[in-house]
Amino acid sequence: MIELENVAYSYGGGELLSDISLTLAPASFHFLTGPSGAGKTTFLKLCYGALRPTGGHVRLFERDVTQMDRDAVALSRRRIGVVHQDCQFLDHLSVADNIALPLVVSGQDSAGELANLRELMGWVGLTGRADALPPELSGGERQRAALARAVIMSPDVILADEPTGNVDWEMSQRLLKLLVELNRMGKTIMIATHDLSLIRAAKQQVQSRVLRISNRRLQLAGADL
Amino acid sequence: MRGLVASDAAADRVVPPAGFTVRLTLFTSAAMAFLAVFALALSLASGRLAQNWGDQLARSSTVRISAAAEEMAAQTAAALRVLETTPGVESARALTAEEQQALLEPWFGPDLPVATLPVPQLIDITETDDGYDAAGLRLRLSAEVPGAVLDDHTRWRRPLVAAASRLRLLGWVSIGLIAAATGAMITLAANAALAANAQVIAVLRLVGATDAYIAGAFVRRFTLRALGGAAVGTCLAVIGILLMPDAGEAGGFLTGLGFQGWHWIWPLAVPPLAALVALLATQAAARRVLGELA
Repeated sequence: MIELENVAYSYGGGELLSDISLTLAPASFHFLTGPSGAGKTTFLKLCYGALRPTGGHVRLFERDVTQMDRDAVALSRRRIGVVHQDCQFLDHLSVADNIALPLVVSGQDSAGELANLRELMGWVGLTGRADALPPELSGGERQRAALARAVIMSPDVILADEPTGNVDWEMSQRLLKLLVELNRMGKTIMIATHDLSLIRAAKQQVQSRVLRISNRRLQLAGADL
Repeated sequence: MRGLVASDAAADRVVPPAGFTVRLTLFTSAAMAFLAVFALALSLASGRLAQNWGDQLARSSTVRISAAAEEMAAQTAAALRVLETTPGVESARALTAEEQQALLEPWFGPDLPVATLPVPQLIDITETDDGYDAAGLRLRLSAEVPGAVLDDHTRWRRPLVAAASRLRLLGWVSIGLIAAATGAMITLAANAALAANAQVIAVLRLVGATDAYIAGAFVRRFTLRALGGAAVGTCLAVIGILLMPDAGEAGGFLTGLGFQGWHWIWPLAVPPLAALVALLATQAAARRVLGELA
């Protein structure tokens, strides 16, 4: 699905990531850890084509990103759901419209598709907030709305960047439960987080692999968690 | 291109509706369309003027006879005889006293006693399509009618026609400049709108929107604004032209400023052309800004 081969990424004359190789297999569950500034967000952006590697190869669904134009990357991104820590929304649209946005931009906003929206909003616990505007949502509601938007196209892969960064423990467990459910539905999940308690909680629910970015390189972690 | 102009209500909603660029685009389009319609009217009127002057004057000329009152009739008759035998002269006719008075009336008033003034006798000549040999006719007239002077209108016809033609050209150049200025203003407005919506663009890209989709949302909005603004400006300009006072035949050039016959179609083309300019300008701006934001 997503494959990184000897990937390097440099910015402003400095190398942020070096010699990274990883394959995200179908239905796998990954955590990505590392200190702040280690390059977790950069790594995720490479995984969904928002950044292009300065070395090596990133393949999205068997196509090399460096050989794809922006529109081709955009089309691939429809198969990758992304949840950001800061949960960017279009503030002039309602929560329901924001969640349906991937359907709209891909031309799949038919009545049938939109009918699933109500069910999805119920799944993430936002049924009563459909008409609210994003600035009216709490941190947890924003995260759940972002997750709903990320999964509405039924993507193959879900990449979440610090999805529990702005929520309390209870809400982080609720979000984790939703992500585990998605994984059980066959979705590939990768969560970038520095919250080790979240990883420990997840390990009790799902078989996962923990990766750490350290000194610009990707390592397999685990024993210390 | 079809995707850019096809209505897509859902897509149009992804761009926030407010912003100063709305008013800027509407006002610019309306003002430019207003000016474009007037430039168009000026250009078409100049074209008609050049055509009329050219047609009317090209085949006519005048012989002016200055002589003592007792010799005037004889010299006029002699001149008419010369003209009747001149190849290329279709007809020649001495103007009556009333006709000469009518010519002088705009300058001297209606009660001018022409008969008591030493006014030259004028002979109006109509040429054939081939025309006559002006130099040869002048020689014959100087030999047979000493007081006769041939004026073939060339001396003042050419500058008039040239001036009218130049005015027409300036009208079209003005329309071109108006279109370019409209494009520039809309490009600035589109750049501002795209830059102000960088986060909107980031969100759209995050959820898989292609550049064509994002550009289309902006292009449609600016195209429709330009179309609406230009339609208002065109309507106001047409009303202004319709309300121009009719000074009759004496009014000369200015009363001819307007549209005649099928030329009324031209103002209808202004709003679609403004929309086309907006479409191309916004499309280019969107392509550039989306490239920069990538």
